[in-house]
Amino acid sequence: MLEDKDRIFKNLYGLHDWGLKGARARGAWDGTKGILDKGRDWIINEMKASGLRGRGGAGFPTGLKWSFMPKQSDGRPHYLVVNADESEPGTCKDREIMRHDPHLLIEGCMIASFAMGASHCYIYVRGEFIRERERLQAAVDQAYEARLIGKDNVNGYPFDLVVHHGAGAYICGEETALLESLEGKKGQPRLKPPFPANMGLYGCPTTVNNVESIAVVPDILRRGAAWFASIGRPNNTGTKLFCLSGHVERPCNVEEAMGIPLRELLEKHAGGVRGGWDNLLAVIPGGSSMPLIPAHQCDQLLMDFDGLRELKSALGTAAVIVMDKSTDIVAAMARISYFYKHESCGQCTPCREGMGWMWRVLLRMAEGRAHKREIDMLWEVTTQIEGHTICAFGDGAAWPVQGLLRHFRPEIERRIDAYTANPHPEPVRVAAE
Amino acid sequence: MAVRRLAPPELQPKEFSFTPENLDWAKAQIAKYPEGRQRSAIIPILWRAQKQAGGWLPQKAIEHVAALLGVANIRALEVATFYTMFNLEPVGEFHVQMCGTTPCLLRGGGALLKLCHERIGEPMHVTADGKLSWVEVECLGACVNAPVAQINDDYYEDLSPETFTKILDDLSAGKEVKPGPQIDRQLSAPVGGATTLKSVKA
Repeated sequence: MLEDKDRIFKNLYGLHDWGLKGARARGAWDGTKGILDKGRDWIINEMKASGLRGRGGAGFPTGLKWSFMPKQSDGRPHYLVVNADESEPGTCKDREIMRHDPHLLIEGCMIASFAMGASHCYIYVRGEFIRERERLQAAVDQAYEARLIGKDNVNGYPFDLVVHHGAGAYICGEETALLESLEGKKGQPRLKPPFPANMGLYGCPTTVNNVESIAVVPDILRRGAAWFASIGRPNNTGTKLFCLSGHVERPCNVEEAMGIPLRELLEKHAGGVRGGWDNLLAVIPGGSSMPLIPAHQCDQLLMDFDGLRELKSALGTAAVIVMDKSTDIVAAMARISYFYKHESCGQCTPCREGMGWMWRVLLRMAEGRAHKREIDMLWEVTTQIEGHTICAFGDGAAWPVQGLLRHFRPEIERRIDAYTANPHPEPVRVAAE
Repeated sequence: MAVRRLAPPELQPKEFSFTPENLDWAKAQIAKYPEGRQRSAIIPILWRAQKQAGGWLPQKAIEHVAALLGVANIRALEVATFYTMFNLEPVGEFHVQMCGTTPCLLRGGGALLKLCHERIGEPMHVTADGKLSWVEVECLGACVNAPVAQINDDYYEDLSPETFTKILDDLSAGKEVKPGPQIDRQLSAPVGGATTLKSVKA
């Protein structure tokens, strides 16, 4: 098990001072200038060596992403945009960082901006997180006041930070939709290429990173890439915030090493599955976009990118939604389909029309009011949505349905059989005597 | 996608303009963005307009913000109708956003949605005393504290039908309520105490 000394988010539960004084006591803003003095190339190489993969869902190597930014400015400013539009169902980790360890995020923003030649950074917080935004803004104000950031600061690199917010659109977690929203438009994703590293915010080179990816940067650079790389497995290094929700005894957030077995993770920190391990039906391992994994595959499951990819799922945001045997699995996934129907931005036809179609079919299947051939038709429709939209939202909505069909087809067929055996739910009237 | 329309004309106020304090605040927001990019501030400013108008966005408020930013009305209208936190019709003094997504439903959110129906009525219906209204929203991002509801600016977490009823009663009666987890629990730590970080002292 990961020891406390190797945990980065030491105030995860908000037991201590979130402010500058408390953050400094926990090690934040220590030697920031020294890190910047080592130069851009050193920082990017350290990040590459640490093996950090983006914590927002896709798992793209962070150091590599940073290296895509132009080395020299062509006259356009560079921007760092931090994606704090945390809305993936099951995920609630960035919220804790923003309200309890905001200075780690601010320091990370400064270092990452320096490494990419950006002197402006925007943090895009989801609209619902009003208190979290106020807390983050208060921390930013503290950092300005202590001259840790700003035009003329003690770290010797001019840097401005703006806390921006949305107003309740899941799609703005997609990086180009986020940039559109930040420019004051509807959050509809852009076609790529051009990629944000060439044409991002205001048409300038931009990198978009998740809150957790940025907030771990200062600790990685202070303690060395080798330390971070020594935790977890190769290609899946470091620590990770896990959100354990659903049918566990004690739902919680916890920071653990990557690659921890699922069963150990749940039993050590969340009190295990409600009613015991044998009562497990399925888990959604990485936020609702990731295909579910049935109980029989969970015994040996390692919680990291490669461990989950082997099972045709993905780590995503490491938000584990546990479902025990009392769950109506078809209805639960139908509700997830409704989520995607509601949150589709409406730009691409396969997504806009397909989400509602999938939801309505799943609703019928939850009752058994369907034909068995519609199961194959539903599968085919998911493949027609997946990969045929501008952004990955279409994929993220198709995968959970595919996961359901892959693993719970017999359950859907059973319901169809039960319904067709008795198509009239109301009892047959008895003739009057 | 959801169809979102402005409130009918009979509900729309005749005019809207920012108070001097809010106008100063809005100008400070615009100054945060580069020259010529003042449109970036549209969401924060619309949000402030919604606050000033009592929790919803009348058409005149949207047009006022468009004029302030120097953009066409349609640009502000499309933003106001795209983002679901902008209420396009009047809401109660306490507007409940009840999470209805799967993680909350797994922890008993369904009973709370039913309770909202019984206690308050149809979604977006305002109670006769003007105190309460509600709407089902998608994931609020506090899933380890499910079920969750957002009431105005605060999250109320780890709800049960009993605690939620009490919160609604207290709010209607004008009493103070405590946001955050409604059970004995340190925010997102497991019930009964954290399993980690016990050696951290500061």
